[in-house]
Amino acid sequence: MAKRVLMKGNEVIAEAAIRAGCRHYFGYPITPQTEVMHYMAKEMVKHGGTFVQAESEVSAINMVYGAASAGERVLTSSSSPGISLKQEGISYIAGAELPAVVVNIVRAGPGLGGILPAQGDYFQATKGGGHGDYRNLVIAPASVQELYELTVKAFDLADQYRMLVMILGDGTLGQMMEPVTFKEKEDTHEIAKPWATNGMHGRAKHNTITSIYIDPDDLERKNRELQDKYALVQKNEVMFETSNIEDAEIVFTAYSTCSRICKNVIRQAAELGIKVGMVRPITLWPFPSEEISRVADMPSVKAFLDIELNAGQMVEDVRLAVNGKKPVHFFGRMGGNLPTQKEILDQLVKIHKGEM
Amino acid sequence: MAIVFEKTKGLTDKPFHYCPGCTHGIIHRLIAEVMCEMDVLDNTVGVSSVGCTYNNYEYFSCDMVQASHGRAPAVATGLKRCLPDRMVFTYQGDGDLASIGTAEIVHAAARGEKITTFFVNNAVYGMTSGQMAPTTLLGQVTTTSPLGRDAETRGYPINVSEMLSTLQGAVYIERVCLTDYKNIQAAKKAIAKAFRVQQQGLGFSMVEFLSTCPTNWGKEPVEAMEWLKENMIPQYPLGVFKGKDLEV
Repeated sequence: MAKRVLMKGNEVIAEAAIRAGCRHYFGYPITPQTEVMHYMAKEMVKHGGTFVQAESEVSAINMVYGAASAGERVLTSSSSPGISLKQEGISYIAGAELPAVVVNIVRAGPGLGGILPAQGDYFQATKGGGHGDYRNLVIAPASVQELYELTVKAFDLADQYRMLVMILGDGTLGQMMEPVTFKEKEDTHEIAKPWATNGMHGRAKHNTITSIYIDPDDLERKNRELQDKYALVQKNEVMFETSNIEDAEIVFTAYSTCSRICKNVIRQAAELGIKVGMVRPITLWPFPSEEISRVADMPSVKAFLDIELNAGQMVEDVRLAVNGKKPVHFFGRMGGNLPTQKEILDQLVKIHKGEM
Repeated sequence: MAIVFEKTKGLTDKPFHYCPGCTHGIIHRLIAEVMCEMDVLDNTVGVSSVGCTYNNYEYFSCDMVQASHGRAPAVATGLKRCLPDRMVFTYQGDGDLASIGTAEIVHAAARGEKITTFFVNNAVYGMTSGQMAPTTLLGQVTTTSPLGRDAETRGYPINVSEMLSTLQGAVYIERVCLTDYKNIQAAKKAIAKAFRVQQQGLGFSMVEFLSTCPTNWGKEPVEAMEWLKENMIPQYPLGVFKGKDLEV
């Protein structure tokens, strides 16, 4: 029987990872994601797994690197300043093509910033916060139910593409309690990892995990292989949700927490006679550029309004996808503040009246 | 015809890239020989670090992982926690372990991770061309202490073995050198003991090797070996700092 329970977002991430077969967690405390760690500390031991409280986020991500090299499903979680510390390891994981899942429950920055929700890490997550030409597969759930389903899926994607999958949430999603329905049995597929460095045990050749290629031609070849892989991910793994797109005049682009606020505003706008739809990216990389471009081509669509908890980050990808076909407006709040429905509605009214 | 000598199977056929007079080659061979003699080659995962030995995964014929600068003990922790019945070792220089990687080595030892660290101390950064290391001796001239290391502006050398031996999780720590046959044999015994400590699940083990860097010290190989004896051993005395009476 499926089980429906009321749970906090952060705890659901941890539960989902365990259900996906992850038996190794390495982390360092930071608000507002610490419940992931608490849950793992308590539950991993019941599943015969590993829980290590590392001495720093730098060490935690390198423990992830080690566990992934051993061929095991592995998770670490943190929040913005901690994720900045993990960037070195994230770049190495990309270079060594290791599967791993990293959770960022984003808080407001820059610097130590604040502990309240924000989306200021969009650039860092999607454009590569570490060095070199690499990509992470970035997933942005919008509810506790999605946190569960997409965290399980993240482990499959990581294994399939041998790459890092990041779950990008925020303080709201991590701290919020919502009902979640767990499946009786997870639809997850662990695959063979013949490349793993887990002791030869009769294997003819020793395995090596590395990200260094001193010869420029070797390194360029490696980079081309990575880019081919990323192209495949772009082709196959884009996820998005559209609402009210048919006959919409104004289209929201918003992800995660902001998309939930926008959904309410769509109803309020309809009462004022303004037809509003939404494209909600679920994968932030690969970005649903084709869908946004398709919507931009619709004759009914007059403008886009991008809503984020930052100074305007995803809006750059929206503008690239719209490619000048329609105006793209932006409204954002920062510092840990959320936009009110009224603030967003005011923006819509202004756009509708042609005042912006 | 009977084979009287052959290269250890613990090493691949790839020729070492190390400079003449450098002792990395001796240390590699000793570790490889011990892995074969203990019959653990098939069951071992090594971690290469950053420095002159960044690519020793090409030399050891066991499974190997290349780690970022200083983080080898964290990578080894991840490996060992997933593979508790395998031997896991890190191979790190003094820039890697005693400078950028101090947090990782201290906490791996404090947690009593069941890994073995081979720490090569040549009192200088080798690969990046002879900068001052935390282990550089007072008065020693390097490319970043051109007038000799002075305590006033550059602080004092770090005695890693002594420091780590204060930690409860560290079970066996010994410092050796490779200046002659006797010391090389003692070093080999230390490697084997460190591996046995790990095999028996007792905790963290480390062997520190005092090593030469003729290229960056600006000395001939023989001269470098003499310099090590005269200058490094007084600062870094040989001996067992933890686990002297340990029977393994």
